[in-house]
Amino acid sequence: MQTIEAINPQRSPKEAPGKKAGVGLTAIVWRRFRRHPGAIAGAIVLSIIVLSCTLAFLSPYDPYRSDITSRLEPPSLAHPFGTDQLGRDLLTRCLYGGRISLLVGALVVLVTLIIGVPVGALAGYLGGWVDDVLMRIIDAALSLPVLLILILLSAILREVELPAFERNNVVLIALVIGALSWMTVARLVRALFLTLREQEYVTAARALGASSLLIMSSEILPNSFGPIIVESTLEIGWAILEESGLSFLGFGIQPPTPSWGNLLNGAQEHIITHPWLAIFPGVMIFLTIISVNYIGDGLRDALDPYKVLKQIAEV
Amino acid sequence: MAIPTDGQQPEELVRVQDLVVHYPVRSGVFRRISAWIKAVDGVSFSIREGETLGLVGESGCGKSTVGRAMLRLKDPTGGKVMFNGVDILKLPTNELKPIRRNMQIVFQDPYSSLNPRKPVADAILAGLKIHKVGAIEERYPMVIDALQRVGLEEYYASRYPYEFSGGQRQRIGIARALVLRPKFIICDEPVSALDVSIQSQVLNLLRELQQELSLTYLFIAHNLSVVEHISQRVAVMYLGKIVELTGSQALFEEPLHPYTRALISAIPRPRPGNKRERIILSGEVPSPLNPPPGCHFHPRCPWADSHCAQADPPLREVRPGHWAACWKIEG
Repeated sequence: MQTIEAINPQRSPKEAPGKKAGVGLTAIVWRRFRRHPGAIAGAIVLSIIVLSCTLAFLSPYDPYRSDITSRLEPPSLAHPFGTDQLGRDLLTRCLYGGRISLLVGALVVLVTLIIGVPVGALAGYLGGWVDDVLMRIIDAALSLPVLLILILLSAILREVELPAFERNNVVLIALVIGALSWMTVARLVRALFLTLREQEYVTAARALGASSLLIMSSEILPNSFGPIIVESTLEIGWAILEESGLSFLGFGIQPPTPSWGNLLNGAQEHIITHPWLAIFPGVMIFLTIISVNYIGDGLRDALDPYKVLKQIAEV
Repeated sequence: MAIPTDGQQPEELVRVQDLVVHYPVRSGVFRRISAWIKAVDGVSFSIREGETLGLVGESGCGKSTVGRAMLRLKDPTGGKVMFNGVDILKLPTNELKPIRRNMQIVFQDPYSSLNPRKPVADAILAGLKIHKVGAIEERYPMVIDALQRVGLEEYYASRYPYEFSGGQRQRIGIARALVLRPKFIICDEPVSALDVSIQSQVLNLLRELQQELSLTYLFIAHNLSVVEHISQRVAVMYLGKIVELTGSQALFEEPLHPYTRALISAIPRPRPGNKRERIILSGEVPSPLNPPPGCHFHPRCPWADSHCAQADPPLREVRPGHWAACWKIEG
């Protein structure tokens, strides 16, 4: 032993502590994320969008007050995005709309995770009849014609006067979109749990006497974070688009409250004569979705276990 | 079936009786059970307190399945596993938990047996948390104690598994089993994934721990020389059954069963020239899906006759303390 350490001091365990002790998995993931140019660009663009939406109140214009004297003005210094048919500043409305759209996106992801992760985890870990029942429910949910349900819902909710169904209820809209889109997350989580439950550290936890709940939450779930995070980022972009579709069907956020979706829809009549009305909200949606997708892409690469292992081998 | 013992009246800690583990093979549209894989087909042995029983056999002979069924990590089809006089196969899940504290397992693969997202201290701490051992502030010192017992320093506690070599990981696996102060540890091929130079370190560690903490081991391996090094008694398995069980010395000096004789003749000798007859078995191990009738070993056995093909030989005491399952052994 002595001679080996003398010849190759790097191999000595006493050498190691100061040098590598701080390098956790998170640090490696972050380092690899930083190396992904698309992901970094996406993160910067998204931060700018989120920041300007939260700071929208700094705008000198009121997003709701119409000004007949300055209708449909093209972009200028006073109105960088131009004005709409009621003379409202489009930039201000885009920023206020962004608040709603981003909120809807985040809430939808929350809803899909809250439903999808437990369903997928139970199906994948327990297997057997639980898996069979849950998977049939997922199949049934996937086979629902989403568009028809939304049209039906919007028709019903327009007639009902209930405080819970008040117009522009962001939470309700997010619940509806989430309830129609949790199945992908559930399937993903099920597949992850199916493979990870065969790992020996799971058997080890069972031998220690850990309950199924503990094994699912503390052994398997942390190891499935990577794909779940990636799926969630993709889901945000999809939810923003879906909300636009809902607005169009008369169920989503209704004017005068702006959202990127209904700004886009409202621009339809003027799209030939005043294209900026459609271009700017469209660009906002496009930038958000593409940055979120790039971030998801970067995270997927950074969290890929095989690549992490390769990275470790390089260190 | 009689329980193979070595004649001494021991303080028996673990007794496995007629353990059977069969896996269903499903096929067709309705996933009907079309056949059974007889992974473990009636295995009996007992282990005294403080003893190491080696369990050897080729890959797929069911030796790991025995270990896992004993811990109820796999559901046995039948038989009994008595631990301290309690049949743990009959216990409901909630009563199993206190037993688990006393029966632990060290796994073969030091890579997949540690959660890559858990620092070492957390992995070892998990058992203490599950069994609510000690006060919360007492637990960390217990973790450090377990780490130091397996030869790792305190500063390793906050590291992640990927920062360790295979041998170090295996030490962590041992520490995880050890921290609960179990009486009985199943070592499921704990050294077969390690380099030879590391193997002896881990084996010596296991032996030292056994003496310090008066542990009892079931040591599963496919490497006979490893088993000889660590066990007092050795059981040899072939196709789901024990074919020979005796003291380690007797087994290596005078193997009786033809399968054991072939295995022992295959151990490489460190000194060339010291000639020994090499018994080469013909054919392959039959599938446990469709084991041969009679003695499972008869298609490959140099001694087999028509009787062997019809009747399954019981494991019987052919010499004092020396059990074998073969019709051809006088005794």
